[in-house]
Amino acid sequence: MFSNRLFNLLVPIISVLLGLLAGAIIMFSFGYNPVEGYIALWNGAFGNSYFFGETIRQVTPYILTGLAVAFAFRSGLFNIGAEGQVIVGWVAAVWVGSSIEAPMFIHLPLAILAAAFAGALWGFLPGLLKAVKGVHEVIITIMMNYIALHVSNYMIRNVISDGGDTSNRVADTASLASNWIMEMTSYSRMHYGIILAIIMAVVMWFILEKTSSGYEFKAVGFNPHASKYAGMNVKKNIILSMVISGAFAGLAGAMEGLGTFGYMPSHSAFTNLGFDGIAVALLGGNTAFGTVIAAFLFGILKIGALNMPTSAGVPSELVEIVIALIIFFVASSYIIRWVLLRLRKEEK
Amino acid sequence: MENYVIEMLRIRKEFPGIVANNNINLQVKHGEIHALLGENGAGKSTLMNVLFGLYQPEQGEIRVKGDTVKITDPNIANELGIGMVHQHFMLVDTFTVTQNIILGSEPKNGIVVDTKRAEKEIIELSKKYGLDVDPKAKIRDISVGMQQRVEILKTLYRGADVLILDEPTAVLTPQEIKELMKILRSLTQEGISIILITHKLKEIMEVCDRCTVIRKGEGIGTVDVKESNPNELASLMVGREISFKTEKTPAQPKDEVLKVEALEVKDIRNALMVKGLNLSVKAGEIVGIAGIDGNGQTELIEALTGLRKIENGKINLSGKDITNLSPRKITESGVAHIPQDRHKFGLVLDYAIGENMVLQSYYQKPFSNMGILSFKEIYNYANRLIEEYDVRTPSPYTKAKALSGGNQQKAIIAREVDRSPDLLIAAQPTRGLDVGAIEFIHKKLIEERDKGKAVLLLSFELDEILNVSDRIAVMFDGNIVANVKPEETNEQELGLLMAGSKKQKVGEQ
Repeated sequence: MFSNRLFNLLVPIISVLLGLLAGAIIMFSFGYNPVEGYIALWNGAFGNSYFFGETIRQVTPYILTGLAVAFAFRSGLFNIGAEGQVIVGWVAAVWVGSSIEAPMFIHLPLAILAAAFAGALWGFLPGLLKAVKGVHEVIITIMMNYIALHVSNYMIRNVISDGGDTSNRVADTASLASNWIMEMTSYSRMHYGIILAIIMAVVMWFILEKTSSGYEFKAVGFNPHASKYAGMNVKKNIILSMVISGAFAGLAGAMEGLGTFGYMPSHSAFTNLGFDGIAVALLGGNTAFGTVIAAFLFGILKIGALNMPTSAGVPSELVEIVIALIIFFVASSYIIRWVLLRLRKEEK
Repeated sequence: MENYVIEMLRIRKEFPGIVANNNINLQVKHGEIHALLGENGAGKSTLMNVLFGLYQPEQGEIRVKGDTVKITDPNIANELGIGMVHQHFMLVDTFTVTQNIILGSEPKNGIVVDTKRAEKEIIELSKKYGLDVDPKAKIRDISVGMQQRVEILKTLYRGADVLILDEPTAVLTPQEIKELMKILRSLTQEGISIILITHKLKEIMEVCDRCTVIRKGEGIGTVDVKESNPNELASLMVGREISFKTEKTPAQPKDEVLKVEALEVKDIRNALMVKGLNLSVKAGEIVGIAGIDGNGQTELIEALTGLRKIENGKINLSGKDITNLSPRKITESGVAHIPQDRHKFGLVLDYAIGENMVLQSYYQKPFSNMGILSFKEIYNYANRLIEEYDVRTPSPYTKAKALSGGNQQKAIIAREVDRSPDLLIAAQPTRGLDVGAIEFIHKKLIEERDKGKAVLLLSFELDEILNVSDRIAVMFDGNIVANVKPEETNEQELGLLMAGSKKQKVGEQ
């Protein structure tokens, strides 16, 4: 009935449709019109150039955090720490962006690299502990998230500002924002970062599918024993994979710091960009291409949903439930996989 | 009408995608030893799991002592007097023999377990069948052979009169096998019927009355062992003629390739497993390491291949010191390794079979240029190996996990042999494979020897050691305790050496 490729495509599509259906039932049972709700969602994401720009703006960091989680996952590691890596990346980008003066062709790349480096460092520590001491990366990365959150607040108040609750603004020479794009999109906060995000997706695909390092990462992810037997340095691969993963997430922080906001506010809670990245990677099947598609879906839901309370009167709490349901069905794609396999068997 | 204790008629059991048992008949007479013979994956275990209530058959009828029964779980099988001794023992290491035997059906005195009574019963049972076990000994202190007897006692204690033994001799020394055979005979004299799952023809000839053969899930038939011979049984099992004797010319050893001196290696729990071992393998000879599992063989192989740290001693390869080098350095120095556990070490099961063919060479030219893989080169190479070594796979893009065990092993052998190593280490290369695949692998090992390579063969199968090796090194308690020539020894002597009861001065020739 379906080929393997089609099968892998069908599972996430059905997950999303079931999630939308379940969301419709919830809206309906609370007395709201689901059709109106979803039209509002669509318009909220694509209805005019402003909404479209905001959607792309939201998609940009999602692609990068999704890539971060997916990359680690492919080498057998669960990077829960994308959240913290985003935060330190954001801090580093804003710091470099606001505290030095240089021409744009030096300043912007430097600020972006600083973010990648900070994220990489935040991934390096759990990778090192995992490789050398066997400490589980999930525990360490969760802890690293909190460290990142509180360290960033300290940095904002004491180093990158004069005791305020927001950091200094980054210089124009380090900004990803563009007047041209802003004018095109009725002054949305969309910026050049989306290009970088797409390039990074291609980079990840290339590393994993075309290079001998990618061959090693995946081999270690599938079977560390056989990798060791084959002469691969398993520890080195674990560390390097966490470093690359952290760098991706750090770049997501740069998108926020240099593009969307142009500064960093102190955070009382997590940004959730990193945590949503887990769902993005999961929905995208941990591939580069799938992650980009899933990031678009998440961006659309997130931005489009903002329009639902005003246009369709659906309360924002309910909107959160609808999004949660979609994620739930994605996460339980195992069930859908099982049903499809049954169908395939009966065809034969 | 014959007096059958167990009748399984027209049994059919399907799993998604395959028919594991199709129309199989098995009829076991009262007090006989009935062999169930078949290749790996032929459906023997499935059939026994149906009898033991672990699987429900789609079709067919089971009769126990003439009554049609439905065995829906193992407890019902127990009540009907069917007991099973699994290949992997299910015993609590730190408990005594008695505690293990009564576990789950303890005799009680009020609310207290009546250990005294249990011990007495066990001694009686043990005497009756000549099992000779000490009810107070702890499991971890007794030999594997004794543990197996405890398993048998466990079923007898629960009143079993039909015993299923799954590959019972796989873990035993030749002496222990002899004793087990004696026990089996005395059990049948006491009216117990035995089903013996095996693919060892010699044991069937020695001890069984009748033999039912299964091939690819189909019942081939039941033969009287007295009126049959090993050749007939083998061709029934495989479906074609099989030669048992491996053809080879005498070895012509040349320069020393591997030299191990005073090697000491610890295992995961930090216990010294290899204790000052010396070993030498020359070009153009196959040295077989015989020994009972757990005498340091695994640690020796892992030390030789760089997977385990060496505490003390030296390893030389063609005059070069390779002590404590990384696996990659050792591989590059000219060592190939067919690992004991092919799923854990030998293959990345989620990689395509083609990708697995370059597991150690993916980073070298022509497979990789400046870190970029050339899949064209990789799959060209894989296609050549697949053809040359007759690996049966739908395509080189098929995932390794989709292949049968025999073809997975052929793929590993293709990869290791084709690198043309100076030293080929083959650890249990035929474990779990059927006669056809075994024949192929033995031929390849001898071909390598004839090309002037050094081959180190580790095996727990004495037949394999005797047939393939040019020289046998017997390993016991972390040391080589004897060096013998296969044509000057026999299973009896090897068995004694392996058990450490007969020491010979170790002299390297």
